[in-house]
Amino acid sequence: MHGLINRAIELFVRDTYGRRMWLDLSRRLDIGPAEFEAMLDYDDAVTDRVLSDLERLLDKPRCDLLEDIGTYLVSHRNDGALRRLLRFSGVDFVEFLHSLDDLPARARLAVSDLELPQLELREHATQRFSVTVRDPRPGPIRFGHVLIGLLRAMADDYGALVVLEHRGGRDGTEIIAVQLLEVRFAEGRDFVLGVV
Amino acid sequence: MVRQNNKAEALGGLLDILCPMHATLDATGHITHAGPTLNKLFAGQDLTGRRFLELLELRRPRIGTSMDQLRRAAGVKLHFALRVPPRTELKGVLAPLPDGGVVVNLSFGISVVEAVRDYALTSADFAATDLTVEMLYLVEAKSAAMEASRKLNLRLQGAKLEAEEQAFTDTLTGLRNRRALEPVLGRLIEADEAFALVNLDLDYFKRVNDTLGHAAGDHVLQEVARILLEETRGEDTIIRTGGDEFVLILARLSDPERLSDIAIRLIERLERPIAFQDSECRISGSIGAALSRDYDRPDIARMMEDADIALYAAKARGRGCHVLFTPDLRHGGPVPQRA
Repeated sequence: MHGLINRAIELFVRDTYGRRMWLDLSRRLDIGPAEFEAMLDYDDAVTDRVLSDLERLLDKPRCDLLEDIGTYLVSHRNDGALRRLLRFSGVDFVEFLHSLDDLPARARLAVSDLELPQLELREHATQRFSVTVRDPRPGPIRFGHVLIGLLRAMADDYGALVVLEHRGGRDGTEIIAVQLLEVRFAEGRDFVLGVV
Repeated sequence: MVRQNNKAEALGGLLDILCPMHATLDATGHITHAGPTLNKLFAGQDLTGRRFLELLELRRPRIGTSMDQLRRAAGVKLHFALRVPPRTELKGVLAPLPDGGVVVNLSFGISVVEAVRDYALTSADFAATDLTVEMLYLVEAKSAAMEASRKLNLRLQGAKLEAEEQAFTDTLTGLRNRRALEPVLGRLIEADEAFALVNLDLDYFKRVNDTLGHAAGDHVLQEVARILLEETRGEDTIIRTGGDEFVLILARLSDPERLSDIAIRLIERLERPIAFQDSECRISGSIGAALSRDYDRPDIARMMEDADIALYAAKARGRGCHVLFTPDLRHGGPVPQRA
């Protein structure tokens, strides 16, 4: 698993549940040094052990955990780099949805060895969409659940009102239903193009 | 006339979509229509009727400022700069219009990152096909990735230095350890610098250990390290090679008299009683040395061997003595009287 993903899980734990909890976890699982390096590669088994331990510790199924991580990535205020990068994709939530297809390629532009699953948006009716998530190399993370959390946070960011549903899937393919109730339900968060 | 105005308006509307940072100029070089993004650069004021080159300076190529000259530059890449701060630089190209005027299209070029900030531009200020937003995305994404890489490099560099430091450091005394010996000697020989290689064995150290215990022994070793550091200069290297054995590499030293003075002073200081809890530890030291300038081509193994021979000679003379290596020591000759 790419270090960026492991590092994201680590920061999620540290920022949400405290540094202490992460240090205990890394000691228990014998992950040394205690911090993941964003620019290094790790064995998938390490990520799996971290997630399993968190499931037990927080008494949460993995899908909920992954959803929380997706939300954390966009909504936590400590850095906001990812949120900013995602907001570049569109001026409103619909445009953002349409840009999801480009997301893996965009990620590769920034970090060439970061492989994210393929995303495909389909528009079934006005304001009814589905996103197909295809992971060519299914591992410990089912990205569809992360995407749900991320989409929920992005909808908040744009001020849109949406209903999201994981429609299941198998063999590395997941389907997420997106129903847009209102494009401008609430005042979104500010976004300026300029470097901040 | 009305028809012409309609045509001009239609052209303006079309250009506003395709290239929002454009201006159309009439045959006298005055602006007849400015795109919405160009307007933003001038705080939204109405630019219609203003002379284009009074707002923007044509920096390159230097083709003159008349409309005839401008029209001849059609299709050529032009470099402009705003005449007012922050003097943003713009790239431009112009195309002639049938009525004697021109259309000038402008872009930010590489100054786009600052421009977006300076003029608070949004993605709506760029044409839908413009790659500017993609470029800004890349700038941010790359900066974030580079920052992560830079931090990793710093941490790795720190870990490397620490590991090297630990590999060369004696943990009890903080002096260098045996592994540092050859690199330091090698460097001095490589640089063709004169130096003294001084072997120092503590005398009576075993007695301290045996009678007062290892804690006392460790304390004495630490005190010895302190004394050796005090009596030498920063450019010298002090190495603890084993239990009570030390090597001093004294840089830029070629005078036997000076070496002798240093040895006498060192031994004198080592012989001062060292307090440990309620006891006094008394030790001394024996010194054997070799000077690099005594060799045509100093060789690490040879010099270390010679310094050892000198040390044995010193010990043979009794405790607390020092001997400088001379070739006759090798042949079992008499122990020289001078150090």
